This record gives sequence, C-alpha cells and structure tokens, in this order.
Amino acid sequence: MNRVENVSRRSLLKGFAGMGGLVLGMQITPESLMSATAKSGSHASSRFKPNIWLALQKNGDLTIVTHRSEMGTGCRTSLPMIVADEMEADWKRVAIEQAIGDEKYGSQNTDGSRSVRNFYQTMRVAGASARQMLEAAAAKRWGVSAEECTAKNHFIVHESGKKLGFGELAEIAADLPIPPQEKLTFKEKKDWRYVGTAMPMTDLEDIVTGKAKFGLDVELEGMKYASIERCPVVGGKVISFDPTDALTVTGVDEVVEIPAAKPPFRYQALGGVAVIGSSTWAVLQGREKLRIKWDRGENVIYNSDTYRTQLEATAGKPGVVVREEGDVDKVFASDAKTHEAAYYTPHLAHAAMEPLAATARAKEDTCELWAPTQNPQAARDEAANALGLDKKKVICNVTLLGGGFGRKSKPDYCAEAAILSRKLGNLPVRVVWTREDDMRHGYYHACAALNLKAAVDENGSPTAWRQRTVFPTIGWIFGDTSNRGSAGELGQGFSDLAFSVPNLRVEVGKTKTHVRVGWLRSVANIYHAFAVHSFADELAHLAGRDPLEYMLELIGKERHVDMSKVEYPNYDQPLEIYPIDTGRLAKTLTLAATKIGWGRKLPKGRGLGLAVHRSFLTYVASAVEVEVTKAGKLTIPRIEMAVDCGLYVNRDRVISQMEGAAVFGTGLAMMGEITAREGAIVEGNFMDHLIPRINEAPIQTNVHIIENSAPPAGVGEPGVPPVPPALTNAIFAATGKRVRELPLSKVDLGWS
Amino acid sequence: MIKLRVNGVAQRFNGDPQTPLLWYLRDALGLTGTKYGCGVGLCGACTVHQNGNAIRACITPVANLDGADITTIEGLGKDGIHVVQKAWMEHDVPQCGYCQPGQIMSAAALLASNSKPSDDDIDRSMSGNICRCGTYQRIRTAIKAAAEELA
Ligand code: FES
Ligand code: FES
Repeated sequence: MNRVENVSRRSLLKGFAGMGGLVLGMQITPESLMSATAKSGSHASSRFKPNIWLALQKNGDLTIVTHRSEMGTGCRTSLPMIVADEMEADWKRVAIEQAIGDEKYGSQNTDGSRSVRNFYQTMRVAGASARQMLEAAAAKRWGVSAEECTAKNHFIVHESGKKLGFGELAEIAADLPIPPQEKLTFKEKKDWRYVGTAMPMTDLEDIVTGKAKFGLDVELEGMKYASIERCPVVGGKVISFDPTDALTVTGVDEVVEIPAAKPPFRYQALGGVAVIGSSTWAVLQGREKLRIKWDRGENVIYNSDTYRTQLEATAGKPGVVVREEGDVDKVFASDAKTHEAAYYTPHLAHAAMEPLAATARAKEDTCELWAPTQNPQAARDEAANALGLDKKKVICNVTLLGGGFGRKSKPDYCAEAAILSRKLGNLPVRVVWTREDDMRHGYYHACAALNLKAAVDENGSPTAWRQRTVFPTIGWIFGDTSNRGSAGELGQGFSDLAFSVPNLRVEVGKTKTHVRVGWLRSVANIYHAFAVHSFADELAHLAGRDPLEYMLELIGKERHVDMSKVEYPNYDQPLEIYPIDTGRLAKTLTLAATKIGWGRKLPKGRGLGLAVHRSFLTYVASAVEVEVTKAGKLTIPRIEMAVDCGLYVNRDRVISQMEGAAVFGTGLAMMGEITAREGAIVEGNFMDHLIPRINEAPIQTNVHIIENSAPPAGVGEPGVPPVPPALTNAIFAATGKRVRELPLSKVDLGWS
Repeated sequence: MIKLRVNGVAQRFNGDPQTPLLWYLRDALGLTGTKYGCGVGLCGACTVHQNGNAIRACITPVANLDGADITTIEGLGKDGIHVVQKAWMEHDVPQCGYCQPGQIMSAAALLASNSKPSDDDIDRSMSGNICRCGTYQRIRTAIKAAAEELA
C-alpha cells in the first residue's frame, strides 16, 4: 500500500537538489482506496508519483519531511520520530521539513486525531527502507553480506566491529534499489529508541524565543495587508458600499468587493468588502470607516433562544431510529419505574489563539499560498476554484498554526487571500482576521438538545434505555438537505453507546441549520458524552448506588460491542482492528477513579465525579474533584485523566494533550457559549466569549497512560468528551445540584 | 517624531501616533515574536516590557512611548537564552506556542519584581494571558522553576 522509491538521482527535487545523498520518495495510496486495494490485492495506481520523505546528506545530516500540520499536538515531532527510530538515525542529526499541500502525501487534513493512527506504518516503512539500504551499502563497500551489517545510531556496524557513518554511505545507498516490502524488517519493540519516549518538540526553542513563524508572520516582498468586512449573517450579500471615507486613511490603497458565497458554502470565501493597504493598522482603521448596506438573506431568522426551544421540543418527540435492540416501548409501557432527563449544550467557537490569516501571491495562471492550515489540499482546491485554475497550479505552503481545533481545516480564509491577490493585479497580499472576525465568522460547534429516558429494575439497573439527540448538522455546509445528523456525527458517542442494556433505542431528530456548523475538537462527542454520562450518574444516584460501581455495571462484561446492525463509521477504521472494547473502558475508568481516591468522604461543597468515553478509537476517563462555595463559586483542585490510546509515539505530547483537554473541557463546560441573534453572532472577543485563564483552570491535572500494544489511535481530541460530565457529576456530588445545561456560568451553583 | 528604543536599538517613528505598538513592532520592525490575539488588551499575546514592566502592545499607542525602552521576546535573553525561556524549554510548556512569547514576557516581568512568587502572585500576574491550548499547569511549574534558578 505504501511504495517507496529511490529518487536520489532525479533533479526534480525542489529544495533537495544537488545534495548528492540518499533521497527516498514514497507514494501513499489515497485512504479512500486503501480498503478496496487491500481486498482486491491490486495496486491503486500504476503511475508512481513519489514525494520526498527523507533525505540523507553526505555529511550525515538527515532531513525528514512531515506532511501533517502542527497546531500544538506535536505531530511535527512524533511522525519524524517514527522514521528516525525505524531508521536507527540519531535524532540530533535530524532536521524537519514541512511538506506543501499535495495529494501524493495522502490525506493531510490534520483533524480526527489521526496523524499517528494513519501514518505510523507509512513512517516505519520509510525508515526501515532507508535503514536496509544503508546496511546494503555498507555490505557493498566492505564486500560482505548485508546480514553481517547492522544499523546503530547513525552508523552501520559490521560484526567485526568496524563501522561507517550514515553520511559516508549515503552516495552508495543512492544507487541501490529499494528493498521490496516483503523483505522489509522492522525493529523489535525492545530496540525502539524514540517511539514511546518523551521528546521535546521540534520547534520548542523557536517558539520560546519568538522566532517560530505562524500564519500571521508571513512576510513577502511588496506584500499588502487586507481586512475584510463580511456580512454578519451567513448567506447575506452586499447591496452597496461607500469606500470614500475608508480611502482617506493614510496607508489605505484600495477597497474591493469579494462576491458573496452561494450555498452550499463549503469552504468558500464568504464575500464582503476588503480594505487593502500598506499596514495592518491602516486597513483596520479604514475598515471602521466603510459604509455597507447588506442584504442579510434568509438566515436572519436564526435566534439562539427560539432555536433552543425548537430543538428541545423536537428532542421531546420520537425521531429517526438509528439503533435498536429489544423493545424499549414495551418496557416503558409496563409499570417499571422510569427516569427521563433533558440536556442542552450551546454553540461553541474554536477561538484558536492565532486568528485566521492567509497570504497569497497569484500570478497569471498560478497561485501560491502561505497559511496556517490543517488542510492544505483543501486550501489549494478552494483557491483553484475561486480563481478558475487547475489545482495543480496552486501551491500551498503550511506555516505553524497558532492552534486549530478544527477551524483551520476550513480554508475560506485562504480563498479570500487568493481572490484578493488576483483582484490586486497579482500583488502578494495577507488577509488578517481580527479576533471579532474569527469569533463571528466561524464554523461553530453545533448546539444540541438531548432527551434520555430509562426504565429501571428493583436494583435501579436500566432495563430499557432510549436516547435522542437533535443538533444542526455539519453536512449542511456541504449541501446535505436531510436536516439531521449524519452517521458520522451520531457515531461520535451516541449510536456507539457501549452500555449493556437489554432494550435500547437511539434516535435523532430533524432540524434546519442556519450558521456554518463545523467540527471542533472532539465534535459531536462533546454533547453526546455530556448527556450520556450525566444520565448514567443520575441513574446511579437515583438507585442510591455508588456511581463507579454503577458505571462499571453499565459497561458490563468484557466484550466487543456488536455494531453489525448500526450504520457506524468507527472513525473510518475497521471494527475488527479497532473494536469498541468494554474491557478497556472499564480499566480506564477504574484507573482514573483509583487515582482521585474514589470513595473518600468529603464535606458538603466538595465532591468527586467520573466519566469514561471512547472517541477517535481512544479510551479516556476523567475523575474530577471540585469545590463549590455556598455562594456557588467553583474551583477544580484536581483532575485525573486515564488514557488508553494503544501504541503511542511521544509520551510527553500524549500527556500535554490530556492536560490541554482538561482545560478545554472544563472551559467549555464552565463558560463556553456562542449565541446568534437575527442570524448574527453576538460574541466578539474575550470579554463576551470566555476562555479559562490560569486562575480558573483546573489547578492540577495528572495523566496516566495505560500501556497497551493495541494499534495506535489518537490523542488530540479524545481527552475532551469525558471532562464536562465528570465535572458536572462532581458538582452534583458536592452540592446536590444536577446540571443539565451548559455553560455553568448560566447556572446557579449556590447551596445551603 | 517619536523616539524610542526597541531591544536596545534606537528607533524613530513618523507614522500615525495612534498606531498601537503591536503593529509597529510587527509590520514596521519585523519583530513578529509579539503576537496579536485580541487587540483589546484581553489575551496577553502581545505582552512586551516597557522599562521592565509588562504592557499590552495592542492597546499602547506609539504616541505614549516617546523615550521608552521596549523589550520584546526577541530581546529578552540579552546574553543568550533567558532563565524563563530555559525553564519553559525544560518543562516543555508550549503546545501550539502562539501565546507563549506573551506568557514568557509576563512571567519574566513578574520574576523581575518578585523573586519568589506564590500561587496567588502567579494567578494575579498571569491571568491576563490566555492559553487556548491549556498549558497553564506547566506555566506555573516553569515559573517556579525559574524562580528557583534565580534564587
Ligand atoms: S493582543 Fe494584546 S492583549 Fe490580546
Ligand atoms: S500554547 Fe497554544 S495558545 Fe498557548
């Protein structure tokens, strides 16, 4: 599935030309073809178009190309670690090169927590191929058999003890054939040098010294700055505008209109009026002076409060059944005791610390982009569409990302830069989004209403469980008119419920979408986990039982959950390789509970809460300790995060992602909310859209990694979902107040 | 004309005096280590030092800086890497890294005036700096480590 090729002797290698060393290229079968190819055994493409993965120079310097975007998860370090380890390279000799956007790398859309999951094997193949070629090169040089030669930390060592550095062998290796895949050998786990260790991030020193280049730091010769006023409502358009006053600002050169996007909006530039000038400050000033008349379009009817009422009403009625086991209606119709609860969570914004920015330089029939993008190939597509170019004529360079969380997968801002560069007669231009732009023209995390009902037996254990979810679907931006959540969204913590209940029904309700909805770190898992794990805790307390013991009973005996009758994408991975494993759920939950000291007696106002959730094929449990004053002030002294993500690469980055998830999850639960009024987003900056600060965040988060040789899963997102319900469950334990809506800033937590 | 020093270098500014220091540093002087996050003094990404004190460059017009001595992240470690930067590296604080120059400048200013900050002191001095990635715990640890190093 991954073909490696020796491309050392080709001149096409931009940036690597003339090095005279070993250069390996590789073609990755597009993910969509992967399963089909594996089944048919045929190769997806007969044309071989390799991209560079690693280059070894004669002096021993090794460049490893990384094709995924760095937004803080550490994948720019972890993927090269896999290559270097398998190659037996010395990490100190490794330089990292960021790939441009190119489909030959396979998917570069850095989302879905899948960089390591999808590319672990690819990286190993690249590393193992290089290692075996260097061993063969040494064998040739010494006139011995390759079996007598072993790679060891940037040297090839012969049985006799003599050795040659990687660099000295690069030229010989450059003329050798690539070892066939069936002849590749991989290092044994005990010999791993880097994988599984804690490795400092590649860009660490550049970051702390201010040298690191993010999207907003791109500077081109003769570059103009642009700031765009967009219609407050999605789908609206300019009726007329008056640029006169804006043009009086010193440093403002031009005011140009960008045509309005038409549905489906996908990642199109929204359209609006752009002020162009010679500095950021000038264009921001100019923009204040624009006078624009908008046709706000049909989404002006969108108001968060009335929409909420509709969502809740829909959640109270039967919806479309997406999973059914046994007969819940029969049990509900009996005289069994039942419990029902409704939950609501609002829209959220990504609010990455770096607002969106993109730089473009169009030419006659080409365009080059520089952008902090999670999705450089989509950026190329969108720019190509906007300019009417063949996508091959668009280059997308990827900078570091000042956070992404899913927003930077959607390259509307890249299309804007391309359009403006072309409109300015192909001048280079950087589009700068203000914080307000970033907040008000997002792709929002969906708001959601959920309704759960259970019937319980005399022990309080559920005999029937019905859960219903209603939220505006992401599919709308791509033209989906079904008005309901997709199998993918439902498979994020809802249709994949892992509880052992004899009668089960999962339903989804319909609702229209009126803002651009998009995926945000852990996506639909956020609201699904909040409702499901809150409800489990509610049932435990109703039964007068210990929540840990109760949740373990719900998870039930060790098994792989049968999903054969459910349309369930499983994060695009086969269930045989990545099953829903209740044993791993139980183990993770138990570990987090043990670490928090579950069962401790605490005075009123202090409490512990638990939740465990599988998402993105990783299992994470959170145990949260809270303190709530009588007046309702909340502090979080400690969170224990237990994680089982299968094989992992950079231990420290697994830990940091879980620490970050604890802040992200408690933050959204405590204060995250985006609201729409007449179709426009109300919140604009950090005074009305709050992000937790150092004095509000959990004080101590401890992370416990469960060692597991299961295939790699992912860690960027799965830390988030269990945190909000574990927090609100802890609040219940502390105060007796059950929180069924977020954010907590709207709920009075006071007690007496 | 406004005269000021930036990282020890004399500069003369002739533009719109209301220009925030942030955009002057970034667009005119090319000092892009100072970041834009909110533009209204709420996130701390633009934190620099004016005569040793932490200020928010996004809400400080250049007009106010005649004769001022400004230090940015690029000039913090006068002789190599500053203890705070070193502590940041030792504790692998950054995730995406975007907020970190501002965090480091706030922390350095705190330690310059308080060599042994308590948790409350840290909360007070650092609560103006948002980190969306959630690196607060390591920030706290790194500040304490830097304080020890300075002691
Ligand atoms: S950019 Fe200055 S405080 Fe946010
Ligand atoms: S490290 Fe990303 S915002 Fe702080």
